[in-house]
Amino acid sequence: MKHFNIGDFIFGNLARLMSISVLVILVSIFYVLYDHAKLAIDKLGFKFIFDTNWAPNVEQFGAFPAIYGTLSSTSIAMVLATPIALGIAIFLSEIVRGGIKTLIGTMIELLAAIPSIVYGMWGLFFFVPVIQALTHSSGIGTLTASVILAIMIIPFTAAVSRDAMDTTPDILKESAYALGATKWDVIKDVVIPFAKVGIIGSIILSLGRALGETMAVTFVMGNATRMPSSILEPATSIPVILANEFSEADGDLYYSSLFFLALILFVLSFGVIAVAKFVFLRKVRKNG
Amino acid sequence: MKMNRMLLLSALAAVSLVAADKINGAGASFPAPIYYKWAHDYQAQTGVQVNYQSIGSGGGIKQIEARTVDFGASDEPLEAKRLGESKLLQFPAVVGAICLAYNLPELEGKEVKLSNAVVEEIFLGTITKWNDPKIAADNAGVALPDKTITIAYRSDGSGTTWNFTYWLDKMGKTWHEKVGLGKTVQWPVGIGGKGNEGVTNMIKQTPGSIGYIETAYAAKNNLPMATLQSAEGTWVKATTENIMAAAANAKWKGEEGFYQILASQPGKTTYPIVAATFILLPQEKAAENKEVSKFFTFAFEKGAAEAEKLGYIPLPKPTVEAIEAYLKTNGAK
Repeated sequence: MKHFNIGDFIFGNLARLMSISVLVILVSIFYVLYDHAKLAIDKLGFKFIFDTNWAPNVEQFGAFPAIYGTLSSTSIAMVLATPIALGIAIFLSEIVRGGIKTLIGTMIELLAAIPSIVYGMWGLFFFVPVIQALTHSSGIGTLTASVILAIMIIPFTAAVSRDAMDTTPDILKESAYALGATKWDVIKDVVIPFAKVGIIGSIILSLGRALGETMAVTFVMGNATRMPSSILEPATSIPVILANEFSEADGDLYYSSLFFLALILFVLSFGVIAVAKFVFLRKVRKNG
Repeated sequence: MKMNRMLLLSALAAVSLVAADKINGAGASFPAPIYYKWAHDYQAQTGVQVNYQSIGSGGGIKQIEARTVDFGASDEPLEAKRLGESKLLQFPAVVGAICLAYNLPELEGKEVKLSNAVVEEIFLGTITKWNDPKIAADNAGVALPDKTITIAYRSDGSGTTWNFTYWLDKMGKTWHEKVGLGKTVQWPVGIGGKGNEGVTNMIKQTPGSIGYIETAYAAKNNLPMATLQSAEGTWVKATTENIMAAAANAKWKGEEGFYQILASQPGKTTYPIVAATFILLPQEKAAENKEVSKFFTFAFEKGAAEAEKLGYIPLPKPTVEAIEAYLKTNGAK
């Protein structure tokens, strides 16, 4: 028999209210960005996205170098970070046991907790000279930014993937071993398929972090609002332009253009993550 | 209960007392260190607290126009028309100079001379090597290395950039056509650093680099500064005397709110890239303005030595007198 419980009723609605607030926040962020960007959207339209000139002093606003910089640094970082992070996760989850597992696991979690500005400072004083010596360039540019971004997101991907792998029931693994599987077979055919959803989730989380990263990137990417001719050349990204120029943006079109940039970043992040979620996770769930 | 109410009342009274002894200002980051120092000394002497928020010139102008602070500060002076529209008073507070600092350890302290035409070409990216014949022509006896020139500039919107590009724009025809002046411009070449500190670090980090920073930052970091050409074509160094000459030679006019750009002022010994930083006051707030002008009078009369210690150049005496007369006629003193 179902009877009314006032506690359940209150708690249920409270939880509902909280989840609705997420939606309200999301919509209101979009609305404010759109509202402030409206002037630039009306005046510049699609030209804004493909124009490669960003010269605020002559009221020329083109977002392409920033969009390009954001996408290129993020994709290089993802390509660099994902295999390393998965290697760490497999090592921690399946290969070592005991003290070393705890030690390295804790260190990974500590790395994830370091504020991004610290990575930026460390990158500028430690990593830039290394890249300078290796490539005979100024050491400041897309490549350095991508490497720093990769280092920043490795702990995220590694820690969450490890947790997902750890949830593989021992009985599955033991059965595989009993059938004569090697360690590699077990990792490849049991652990990874079982943890797929968690692993892809961790990669999406890292992707979100890399797309919006500002402080570390502004230190090492070069803040150059023009099209780079190679990944060793200085470039810029959307959040970097916003952080650099927002406080001194006088002039309505300038101000509005910065909001337009923010809106593009918002839609870009939203789009990339939505695509990743719907395409990959759905596929994985179907097959798994 | 009664006790509690008494406590609350006295606490409120204390808060409002403090509020009366407080001056709030906001704006330019370039003069912030000296404003903090002056505020500290002023509070020690008079008990009046001066709060200054270093939020950038644009922010300072916005806040004083909205009347949310007692004074605003800007590196870029407002023209008389805008002052009238926003009902503001304006006067300079302190002077600074921008230098071209570079990183060429192989010169072992020998100074590089850069003519106006060479500076323009370097920043346009048409001169790319330190041993370019155009640079060498002015530097006989200096063994310039075969190194790529890396430009360092400000990535954030900045009054320093405005003053530096004003000078480039004024003396360079190609620069004027291709880039122009502003707080943020599209640099044809180079890498950006955030703030004077950021550019200084970029220069220190990158062999062969050159960038524009406040002289105080170059001095603090032992970076060599290029010798430049005065408006009359003579070679000048960024010394206190040469910088002060720019402020002394300028024709300050109170009725225009002291609107004056100190770049390329006349004089054979006048350093070319000098900039004043300005204070903005609301015309209608006579009582508050008197408090603020007391603070700046103190700064002008007793703070010159402190300013020099921090790498700024105090205003010449006639300028200070003109400012004091201006404040008096506008009821702010």
